Amino acid sequence: MRPFVYQRAASLADAVEAGSQGAGRLPPTIAAAQYLAGGTTLLDLMKLDVMRPETVVDINGVDPVRRRIERRPDGLRLGAFATMAEAADHADVKRDYPVVAQALDLAASPQLRNMATLGGNVLQRTRCPYFRDQKYSACNKRDPGSGCAALEGVNRKHAVLGVSGSCIATYPGDFAQALVALDALVEIVGPDGGRVMPFEALHREPGETPHIETNLAPGEIIVGFVLPAAAWTRRSVYLKIRDRQSYEFALASAAVALDMADDVVNAARIGLGGVATRPWRAREAEAVLSGGKIDRAVAQRAAEAAFAGARTSGDNQYKRELGKRTLVRALLQAAELSV
Amino acid sequence: MDGNLGRPGAIGTATPRVDGRLKVTGEARYASDFPLADPAFAFLATSAIARGRIADIDEGEARAVPGVLDILTFRNIGDAVKRTKLFSDGGYVGSTIMPLGSDRIFHDGQIVAVVLAETFEAAREGAHRLNLSYAPEAPSAGFDSPGAETVAARDVSSTFEDPAVGDAEAALATAAVTVDERYATPTQHHNPIELFTTSCAWSDGKLTVWEPSQNVTGLKYGLAEQLGIEPDNIRVVSPYIGGAFGSRGSLTQRTVLIAVAARRLNRPVKLVAMRYQGFTIATYRAETRHHIKLGADRDGKLVALVHEGEEVTSRPDNYKVAGTDASTRLYACPNVASKVSMVHADRNTPGFMRSPPEVPYLFALESAMDELAIALNINPVELRRRNDTDKEPIKGLPYTSRSLMACFDAAAKSFGWDRRTPQPGSMRDGDWLVGWGCATTMYPTQVAPAAARVTVTPQGSVKVQTAAHDIGTGAYTVVALTAADKLGVPVDKVIVELGDSDLPPAPVAGGSNTTASICNVVAKACEQIRAKIAAAAVGADSVFKGADAATLVLADGHLQGPGGTSEPLDKAVRRVSNGAIEVYAENIPHGAPPDGIAKLYQGHPALAGGAKLKDRIQFAFGAEFVEVRVHALTREVRAPRVVGAFAAGKIVDPTTAKSQLMGGLIWGVSSALHEATEIDRRVARYVNTDLAEYLIPVNADVEVADVILVPEDDRQVNDLGIKGLGELGNVGTNAAVANAVYHATGVRIRELPVRLEKLLDAPVAL
Repeated sequence: MRPFVYQRAASLADAVEAGSQGAGRLPPTIAAAQYLAGGTTLLDLMKLDVMRPETVVDINGVDPVRRRIERRPDGLRLGAFATMAEAADHADVKRDYPVVAQALDLAASPQLRNMATLGGNVLQRTRCPYFRDQKYSACNKRDPGSGCAALEGVNRKHAVLGVSGSCIATYPGDFAQALVALDALVEIVGPDGGRVMPFEALHREPGETPHIETNLAPGEIIVGFVLPAAAWTRRSVYLKIRDRQSYEFALASAAVALDMADDVVNAARIGLGGVATRPWRAREAEAVLSGGKIDRAVAQRAAEAAFAGARTSGDNQYKRELGKRTLVRALLQAAELSV
Repeated sequence: MDGNLGRPGAIGTATPRVDGRLKVTGEARYASDFPLADPAFAFLATSAIARGRIADIDEGEARAVPGVLDILTFRNIGDAVKRTKLFSDGGYVGSTIMPLGSDRIFHDGQIVAVVLAETFEAAREGAHRLNLSYAPEAPSAGFDSPGAETVAARDVSSTFEDPAVGDAEAALATAAVTVDERYATPTQHHNPIELFTTSCAWSDGKLTVWEPSQNVTGLKYGLAEQLGIEPDNIRVVSPYIGGAFGSRGSLTQRTVLIAVAARRLNRPVKLVAMRYQGFTIATYRAETRHHIKLGADRDGKLVALVHEGEEVTSRPDNYKVAGTDASTRLYACPNVASKVSMVHADRNTPGFMRSPPEVPYLFALESAMDELAIALNINPVELRRRNDTDKEPIKGLPYTSRSLMACFDAAAKSFGWDRRTPQPGSMRDGDWLVGWGCATTMYPTQVAPAAARVTVTPQGSVKVQTAAHDIGTGAYTVVALTAADKLGVPVDKVIVELGDSDLPPAPVAGGSNTTASICNVVAKACEQIRAKIAAAAVGADSVFKGADAATLVLADGHLQGPGGTSEPLDKAVRRVSNGAIEVYAENIPHGAPPDGIAKLYQGHPALAGGAKLKDRIQFAFGAEFVEVRVHALTREVRAPRVVGAFAAGKIVDPTTAKSQLMGGLIWGVSSALHEATEIDRRVARYVNTDLAEYLIPVNADVEVADVILVPEDDRQVNDLGIKGLGELGNVGTNAAVANAVYHATGVRIRELPVRLEKLLDAPVAL
C-alpha cells in the first residue's frame, strides 16, 4: 500500500467532483481517484499494491437516502449504497426477486455482506491470481500490454465465455448475474449529470483492453438499480456450484427467470456466472426456450446453445460441461421439474 | 469445571479447557500481542523468481519512504548469521538455505530483504518500492520437471532403511488377486490462523524473542547457534499459539533476521508476516506420488505389499516424508518391499505437517485396500479384520496394544455401516448420490525426555512449570489434570506455566508426544512431592505414625491413609517445609537415549517409540467412516457425515481429546476435498496463496463429525498409559473420502484433491 489522500465526501456532488479530479481519460479501474464504499475489494487490492490510487474518496457519508430500497411503479429500486445484507434481507426482494436474494445470500460471508455495498459489489474485481500478484509481470488488466500469464497458467477457475487472447479472468460476482437475468437498469451519476442504462450494458468483455471493465465514464458513480415490476420475476432462481458449501466463488452459476404460462415458457432470461469474463447474458439459450414447453431435453438444448461459443484454456476445460449442467439444473429448478 | 476434581481419577475426567475463558475473551496473549517499547516494524521482501540470482537491488526509492530506517539484504548482513543443520539432521532449522546468505535464489518467495521502519505501513511501502532485478534461470517445479533430480532416501540418509521382508515380487506373481495402482497427494500448507510473527528485543546483550513456537527450547539453542551467542542469553516466550501443525517446530529464516535487525537498530523489532508469505517462508506438506502393489489370496489375506513413494523437496535439503515405516507395518503380510525417493526441485524445503508421513502414505495404502476389497467382493471392514495382526510383519515385533478392529466395530455400528449396499451409485437420496467409505488410521506413539518443576504451597496451590507448548491442543488442561490427580488439589488451584524457554526444558510439540511426555514427568515430580509429604507424616507424631508411606495418597485437599486416617494438606506440607515444596524432575522414556536429557538441554528432542524401538512397536489406531454426497448432475462433493473411533491408551481429558480428533476428522475431509497449493509450473511459483483461494472447510461443510473413544489400557507405552492422539484424527480420512466417492459414483480418485471435474464423466445414470 502506498500513501494516498483520503477525502470524505459529504454529498454525492462532492463525491463526483472529488472522484473526477485529474481523471483525464483514464478508465475508472486505474484512475488516480477511487471511490471507497464497503472497501472489500479496494482496500484488499491496495494492500497487495495492485491498486495504487492517489486519492481515495470515501462515499459512505453521502445522503443516507441513497441506501434506501423502495417500491416504485416501475419496480423495486435498490439504492446502490445499501449493503448486500440489507438487500438480501429485504422482504420485497425475497418475495418478488428470489434470484436476487439468493445471489446475495450465496455470496461472500456475513461479515463481508454487512460491509459491501451493492454498487461496489457489481464492480468487484477479478480473483485471477495473476492479476492479484504483482510478481507476475504479465497481466493486461493490471498493466496494459504486458500479456496474460493465465492463458497458459493455472486457470482452473478462469472464464470460458467472453474471453480474448488478452484476458481470461473470470468476473467473480453473483448479484450481477441476477441483475442481468431480470433486465435490471442501473442508475449512474457523474460529472455530466445522471443517466440510466440497462445493467447488461454496464460491463464490457475484455477484448484488447481488459483494464477497461465497464462503460462507466471517469468520475461516475452507480447510485441505484431498478428491478422490473412483473409477475415473472417471482419464478427466478440463482444456482451456484462451488468447491465448498459457503464463502466461495462460483465455478459456475446460473441466474434464471422464467416467464411461464401453464407449462409454456413465454420468455426465459438467463445470466451466467463463474464461467465468463463479465456478467453474462445467455440470449442464445433464451431463444431455444422461448415459446415452448420446457423439459430436460429442451433445457439441455438451451445449455448447448449457451456454451456453443465457449473457449477453454487448459485446466478450465471442464467448465464447458459444468456450465451446461449448472444451467440445466437451474432451469429445471425454476420450472419446478425434477433433475 | 468440577472445582472438586482433586483426587486420583482426575486423569480421565472430561474437563473444559482451563485456558478457554482467556482465549474467548481475548485475554490470552499471543506472541505479537506483547507490548514492546518503541518498536520498529519489519516487512519482508520476497523473491519473484524461483531460481537464479539477484542481479541488482535498487534501494533508493524504498529508503526515501518517510519512516524507513534500514534495509537488510545479502549485501549488508555480512556474517551475522552462522550456519546450522537441518532439524531432521539433528539441527534446528527447517531449511539450510541461509537467510540473506547470498545473491542466489533457491525458491519462489524466498526472503530477499527485510525493510525496517517506524511503522508497519512505511515498512510495507518500502518493500513494495524496493526494486530488485534478477538473472533468472529456468526452475524445476517438481515431479517430471526438466532438471529435477531424484535420489533414494536410503542413499542419502545413514539412518534410513526401506522396510522389507520376504520376496514381494515373487509373491505378487503368484497371488490370486492383485491391485497395482498409483496415487498422488498435492502440496499443502498449514495456514495456522495466527500468522508467522516474530518480535525481538535486546537488553544488555540478552535477547528476548516472542514468537509462536512449538519448540521454544529448540528455538533458543538454534538461534544461539545462528547468532553465535550463549544460549542462556536468549529467552523465547510463546505462551499461546494460534495453531502450529508442524510449521513452528523448526526455525525459519525470519527469526534470526529479526534478531539481527533489532541488534542493528538497537531497538525492539516486530514482524507480522503476510498470509501469502507464510506459503514460502515456512515449511509445508510435500507433494507425493505412490506406487502400490497388493497381492492377496481369495480370502483376502495379503501375501504381498509393495509401497514406493516419491516426494518433492528443495534443491539443498533431503527432507523426507517416508511413511513406509507405518504403511508396511499396518497389516499382516509375509512379503513386503518398499522404497522412498526424493525429487530435488527449486522449491522451499518442505517439512512436518500434521501426521507428516502417515497422511500421504496411508491415503495410498488405504485406497488400495479399498480397491482390493472391491476386487475380492469383500466388505472393506472385513478385509481389515482378515489382515489384522498383533505384531508388525517386518521384524515380527509385538504391538504393545492394538485396538484397530474394536475401533472399526464401534465406528461401523455408530455409522450404520450394515445398511450399506456395496454397488457404486446404489445409495441415492433424491438428486444426490450417496457414498460410504472407510479407512484405517494410525499414528506412532512417541514419548520424549522432558523436565518439569512442581511447587506446592502450604495453602495447597500447585504450580507446574515446563517449557512445553499448548498449540491449541489442551496441554494446559491435561497438565493441570495430572497435578490434580496426583496431588489431590482441584484443577482451579493448579497454575500451569508453559511456552517459555526459561522453564525446565521440554520437547518439541510434535509427533503427538506432548501429553505422554509431559504428563509422565509431571506425575513423577508429583509423586516425589507425595513421597516427601508421606515420609514426613509416617515418621512424625501424626495419625499416620507407623503407616507405610507408600499407602498414603493425596486427595480432596487432604493426605489420606489406611483406615480412614486423614489430615488437611496444609498441615502435611508444613511438616516438610515451612514454605513451599518444590521438586524438579526429569524423565527418560523407554527407548530414548540415555543422554536424552543432555540432548534436551541442547534443544534436541529425542522422541522414542512408533516403529523405531528394538523390542516392540507402539501405535495408536482408529477407524474412520465418511458419507459423501455427490450431486447427480453437477457433481459437487460434500461430506456431511464423518464418524471416527479411536483407541489411544489412557485419555487424560476426553473433552480436549475429542476436540483434537474432531479437528483431525475435519482436516482430513479438508485435505481430501479442498486443500491443495497450486503451482504455476512454468515459474515454480504458488498461485493460491491466501485463505480465499486455498480452501479449507467452512462451518457449512461440516454437519456431523462424531468422535468415539474406544477404551484401551496399555501400561507398556509409559507409566500413565498415554498414547498421543493429536495427529491420529486426520490420517485415514483422505482415503475414507476417496473410497466413499468411489462408492457414490464408481469413479476412483487416486490423485487428491477430489474435485467435481474429475467426476463429471462418471457413468452414473441421471
